[in-house]
Amino acid sequence: MASLAATFGRGAMTNHWKDIKNADVVLVMGANPAENHPCGFKWAIEARDENGAALLTIDPRFTRTSAVADKHMQIRPGSDIAVLGGLIRYILTNNLHHTEYVQEHTNASFLVGGDFGFEDGLFSGFEEATSAYDKASWGYEFGSDGYVRRDQTLQDPRCVFQLLQRHYERYTPEMVAQIAGCSVEKFLEMAEIIGSTGRADRVGTIMYAVGWTMHTVGSQIIRTAAIMQLLLGNIGRPGGGINALRGHANVQGATDHAIVAGILPGYLKVPTPEQETLRDHLDASTPSPLVPDTSNYWGNYPNFLVSQLKAWFGENATPANEFGYQYLGKQEGDATWLSIWDEAYQGRLEGFIALGFNPLLAGPDVPRLIESMSRLKWKVVIDPFMLDSAEFWRSPGVNPANIETEVMYLPTTHWIERDGSFTNSGRWAQWKEKAIDPPDGVRSDTYVLSELFWRVKELYRQEGGAYNEPIQHLTWDYLNPRQPTLVELAKEINGFNQQTGELLSSFGELRADGSTTAGNWIYTGSYTEDGNMMSRRGTADPTGLGMHHDWAFSWPLNRRVLYNRASADAAGNPWDQKRSGIAWTGREWIGDVPDYGRTTPPGAAGAFIMTEEGVARLFSSQLADGPFSEHYEPVESPTVNALHESVPINPVINWYDGVRETLAAATDNFPYACTVYRVVEHEHFVTRNVPLLVEAMPDFFVEIPEGLAAEKGIDNGGRARVWSKRGSVEGVAIVTKRIKPLTVNGKTVWTIGIPVHWGFVGITQGSMANLLTPYVGDANTRCPEFKSFLVNVERAESSLA
Amino acid sequence: MSISRRTFLKTSVAGAMGVSALGLDLKPAYAAVRQLKIRNAREYKTVCPYCAVGCGTIAYVHGTGGLNTTNTVIHVEGDPDSPINGGTLCPKGASQMQLAISPRLRKSPMYREPGASEWREVDWDFAMDWFARKFKETRDATFIQQDNEGRTVNRCNGIAWVGSATVANEDAYLITKTMRAMGLTYIDHQARI
Amino acid sequence: MSDTLSIKRISASPSALIPLESLRSGGPVYSKLVDISKCIGCKGCEVACKEWNDLKVEQTSNFGSMQSHQDLSSNTWLLMRFNEVEDGDDLHWLIKKDACLHCEEPGCLFACPAPGAIVQYQNGIVDFNQENCIGCQYCVSGCPFDIPRFDKQTKTVAKCNMCIDRVEAGLEPACVKTCPTNAIEWGIKDDMLAQAEKKVETLRKRGYDHAAVYNPGGVGGTHMMYVVPHGDRLNDYSLPAHPVASPGPLRGLNVFQRIGSYLFGAGVISALAHFLAVGPESPEDHA
Repeated sequence: MASLAATFGRGAMTNHWKDIKNADVVLVMGANPAENHPCGFKWAIEARDENGAALLTIDPRFTRTSAVADKHMQIRPGSDIAVLGGLIRYILTNNLHHTEYVQEHTNASFLVGGDFGFEDGLFSGFEEATSAYDKASWGYEFGSDGYVRRDQTLQDPRCVFQLLQRHYERYTPEMVAQIAGCSVEKFLEMAEIIGSTGRADRVGTIMYAVGWTMHTVGSQIIRTAAIMQLLLGNIGRPGGGINALRGHANVQGATDHAIVAGILPGYLKVPTPEQETLRDHLDASTPSPLVPDTSNYWGNYPNFLVSQLKAWFGENATPANEFGYQYLGKQEGDATWLSIWDEAYQGRLEGFIALGFNPLLAGPDVPRLIESMSRLKWKVVIDPFMLDSAEFWRSPGVNPANIETEVMYLPTTHWIERDGSFTNSGRWAQWKEKAIDPPDGVRSDTYVLSELFWRVKELYRQEGGAYNEPIQHLTWDYLNPRQPTLVELAKEINGFNQQTGELLSSFGELRADGSTTAGNWIYTGSYTEDGNMMSRRGTADPTGLGMHHDWAFSWPLNRRVLYNRASADAAGNPWDQKRSGIAWTGREWIGDVPDYGRTTPPGAAGAFIMTEEGVARLFSSQLADGPFSEHYEPVESPTVNALHESVPINPVINWYDGVRETLAAATDNFPYACTVYRVVEHEHFVTRNVPLLVEAMPDFFVEIPEGLAAEKGIDNGGRARVWSKRGSVEGVAIVTKRIKPLTVNGKTVWTIGIPVHWGFVGITQGSMANLLTPYVGDANTRCPEFKSFLVNVERAESSLA
Repeated sequence: MSISRRTFLKTSVAGAMGVSALGLDLKPAYAAVRQLKIRNAREYKTVCPYCAVGCGTIAYVHGTGGLNTTNTVIHVEGDPDSPINGGTLCPKGASQMQLAISPRLRKSPMYREPGASEWREVDWDFAMDWFARKFKETRDATFIQQDNEGRTVNRCNGIAWVGSATVANEDAYLITKTMRAMGLTYIDHQARI
Repeated sequence: MSDTLSIKRISASPSALIPLESLRSGGPVYSKLVDISKCIGCKGCEVACKEWNDLKVEQTSNFGSMQSHQDLSSNTWLLMRFNEVEDGDDLHWLIKKDACLHCEEPGCLFACPAPGAIVQYQNGIVDFNQENCIGCQYCVSGCPFDIPRFDKQTKTVAKCNMCIDRVEAGLEPACVKTCPTNAIEWGIKDDMLAQAEKKVETLRKRGYDHAAVYNPGGVGGTHMMYVVPHGDRLNDYSLPAHPVASPGPLRGLNVFQRIGSYLFGAGVISALAHFLAVGPESPEDHA
C-alpha cells in the first residue's frame, strides 16, 4: 500500500466491492478474484453483464477469472511494469488521457528540479556504496513565493507530464512483447480497451492483489497502475479506482490499527531515534503545503498523535511529559517480516509471539525460516487450531532433539465466539454478533493480552526491571480489567472529549492539547453518542451506485469512495452525471460523503486532501526506488533486462546476509519461471481443518504446461518434483493448457504454478510451497518476491511428498 | 455426519386424493420430506472469517442459552441483506459451520520443553505465568534505553509480535497499544506476506 | 400441506403414466437457471449442497484436475466439471455444474418399479424416497443424463432433491442461495425461461454466436436449465444434445405394465416429434 499512499495520500482500496459494478472496463491484473474473492467478484460480472463492461485479465496463467473474462493476455511473471508502462505510453501517444482531469487533479503541471534524470536503468542520485538513492534531485522546483512552480499548459520540458512522457517512451508495444512474452497484437487489443476510459463518460477500474505486491518491484508495479488510472481520470470516481483486494478477513483493519512495522494506528508514524522529542517527531511527520491551494490534511498530524497518546496513557500523558511520547519504542532501521526473521537468524531475537498467524508456512525460504526459528529462546503461538508453526520443531526432516526453543501453544477463540468488527477490503468496518460461547479451556485473545499485561506489570511492580514506566502508566480502565469488552475498546478507538466525556463524531474535533482522545483517528465517528455505527444494517441505496451509507461504517467519516472530489470537474460538476460521486450545488457538496470540506467551494483546495500538493502524484519522491517506475527483472529471472542489461534488477533492494548465495546463478540449471498462489477452496492454511474443503481440493499439486510436461514425461495426474536453489516440493501434476510457453527476448520461457496451502499439520498434508521461494523483498515494503522465481521440474515416481 | 435425510414421513393430501381418484389404495403416500433443519434455530448476524470481501453471514444456533445448555452452530449461510454479498458465499464461506465447531479446535494450552519431541498439556495459569516471565526476562535483557549515540530510544529489541489479520479491530488495537507500550518495534502481520 | 408439495407422479403407480392433476390451479412451477457464462467454478454450490444436505464427506484425491471428484456419487449430488478446450488461438475453460436436471418427463421415475421410491411434485421437483427404494437401479439406466448414483452401503439410489425441504419452507435451494456470481438463479419456470432468452441475447451481443438455452424437449423440458455460451459444444460440457426419457425395463410396473408401455410410447413419439420439429442442431427449447 506504500505506493498508493505515495500517489494519493492514503494506502487503501480507493473504492469498494459493490462499486465495481459501475465500471465500463474492469482490468484484473495481479489478482484472481474469481478464485480468491468470489463474492466480491460478482460485481465485476455484474458490470460485464449489466453495464456492458469489458472484463480483462492479464496474468501468467489463464485463471478462473480468465474463464469468465472477455479477453485474457498471458504474461511472464514479473513483467507487469513493462506491460503497464506500455499502456501508459499507448495512452499518451494516442492522446487518450483525460486532459482536463490530468491538469486539474494531478501534479502533471508541477515543475521538477533540473538535476532529476534517468539513465541506463538508474534514476539520478544513485549511490553505489549504499545501494540507495539520495533523493535530493527528485524534488520540485520552487518559485519565489516558496511554492512549487506549475505550468498548466503541460508544455514545460521540466513539468511532470513531459518527464512522464519521456520516461515511458521506451515502453513500445514491441518492447512490451519482448519482455512480457505476449504478442504485440494482443497487447494492442488490451490497450485499446483500457485506453477507452480516458473520457468523462467512461470509467475503468483495476482489481489487484498480492500478484502485484509480492515482487521486488511490487510497490512500483502499483505506482505504474496508479499513474495510468490518473492519466485516464479514473481515480475518485464511482466505477473507477485502483482496488487492492485484501486476503484476510481483517487485513485492512489490522493494518489500520497498526499491527504493522513502522506505523501507529491511523497511519501515524513510529518515532525514530533522531526524533528525540515530541516536537521533533511532529515536525518530521507533519507536512507543509507545497502549493497555496491544498487542504494538506496531514497538517493535522499533531491532533491525531496527541489524541492517541492521550488514549493510551490517559492522565499520565501531559504536556510536561510530552504526552508520553518517550514511552514509545523508537524504531531503528527496518522492522518488517524479513528483518524480524533475520534478527532471529542472526541470533539477536529471543522471543517470538504469533497470534492468528502461521509464520512457518507464510514466509519465504522455509529452510532458512526453520533455522531462524530454532535460534529463538522461546516462542508463543496463539490460535484456535494447532499450527505448523507451533510444531516447527518436528517439521519434516527436523530432529526435535536439536531444537532448544521452548514453545507455548495457547488455544483462543475464533470469530464466531466473539463480537467486534472486521474492516473489509473496501474499508467497511462491520460489527459482528457473537453466536456461541467458546468451549471450556479456550480463552479470548483479549484475555491473553490482558493477562500478559497484568502479569508482566505485576512482575515489574514486584521486581523492578527495564524501563517499566509505560507499562505502569498504560491506560487499562476497563470494567473487567482482565477481559475488556470489545465495545469498550471500540469506544476507546473512536475517542472522547475529555471535558464532556462524550464520544466524538469526527476527527475534525481532535486537538493536540490533550483535551481529546482517539485510539485511532481514522475510526473516529465509528462509535458515537448515536451508537455503534459499525453495526448499522440499513440497506437503502438512494444513489443506485451501491454506496449504502447506512450499512456499517466506512472510514474515513463514512466516505465510500476515496478522493471523490476528483469525480467532478474544476467547477464541481460530475464528470459523468450517471455516475456522480459528489456534486457542488453552489453551497455544498452532495452525494457521497465528500472527501473534501462539505462547504468548501470547488476551487479553494485540491481534490486530494491528504497530499501537500493538493493533487495526486504522477511523480512521487516517496518511494525508495524512483519517482517513476521502471521495469526490473525478478532477482531470479529466466532472461536479461531488455531495457538495460547493466541494471537487471531493482538496484535498491535490501540483501540480507547469505541470501545472494541462495539464488540461482546463471550457470545453475533452473530454467523455468515459477509462481505461487491460492485456490478458491482454501484460505491459506486454516481450511486444512475443514473436511468439506479438503474434499473439494484434497492434495498439493503442481500446475505444469502441456508442452513442458510432455518434454519431461510427466503425466496428468502423475507426480512431479519441483525444486529451486532453496528447496524441493513434490505433488500431483495438473498438466494444463492454461499456461502457454512464451517467447521472451527471443527465447522460450515456461511457467509453473504452485498452490500455497499445504504443510504438515491438518487433515491434508503436502509440500510447503515456500520451500522454494527466495528471501528477498520489495525495496519499499519488503514484501517477499513470492510471485516470480526459478525452478526445475521432473517426473517423480515415488508417492512421498 | 448422517447420510439419512429422512427424519419423518408426511402424508401427502394431494397424493392420497390423486390415488383415490383412480380407485386404488397406495397408502401410505410418498411425499417424505425432512423438516427444515434451521426451523427452530436462533439467528446471529456475523461476518465471514476468511477473505476481505466481508460477506455478511447468518449463523444458525441450537440451544436456548440456558444455564445448563451449551449452544452450538448448526449451519451458516449468507446474509441476504448484506449489500456486499447479498446472501451468497463461496465454498469456504459455505462450509464455515465446519470451521466454527471443528473437533480439531484445541481446548488446552500445550508446552514444549527444549529438545522435547512431544507436547505437554498445561493449564492456563501455568501458561500465562510462563509467558509473562519469559516476556519480562527477555525484555529486561534486550531493552535499550539509550542507543550508541546517547539518544533515548526505549526499545525492546529481543521480542517480536506478529499477527493477526484475522482478529477483530478491537483486539488488533489492543495488541498494538500493549506491545508498543512494552517497547516492541518488531510488529507485523499478514499484509506483507 | 403446502401447495408447493402437491404430488404429480409416483413411481410404479398409475400416476407415473397419467400425471395427477394439481388440486389447486396456479401453484408455482419452479426452475433453476444455470448461466454457465457467469460460472467461475468456485464449487460454492457443490460445498453448500453437501453442507445443507448433510452429505457424507468423501475421501478424494487430486487426479490431475481442479475438479474435486471424478464422478457424482450417492453422497455428492452436485459436481463441478472442468474441461479445457482449445479453439484456434482461444482457450475455453468450460466449467459445468453437474446435477439432476429434474426433467418434466423423468426417465428415472418412469423406469422405477418400486411404488413411491420416486415422486415428482407439481412444482417440478423429482425426489427420491430411499425408504421405498429397492436398489434395483433401473432409475440409473432410465436417466438420460446419468445422474442417480447407487450407494452400496444403504443399497439405495440418491441424487439432488432440489433442497425440497428448503423449497417447501419458501427458501431457494442451497446451491442457488450461495452462488457468488449469480450464475444460478431460482424462480418460476416461465420467468426463468424469459430470463434465459434475455441472457442468450446478451451473450450473442458479446460475440457468443452459438449461445443457447438448454431445456431439452426430449424430456419435456427440465427444472434445471442452462444458458450455454458455446451451444455448439454441448459435448464438451458433457450435456447430451438430444436426451430422451427412455422407457426403461418397466418390469416393476406389474398391473400397469401394458398401459404404461402404451403411454411411454406416446411420450417417445411426442419427444421425437419435438426433435424433428426443432432439428438436431439447436439445444434450445421449446418447453
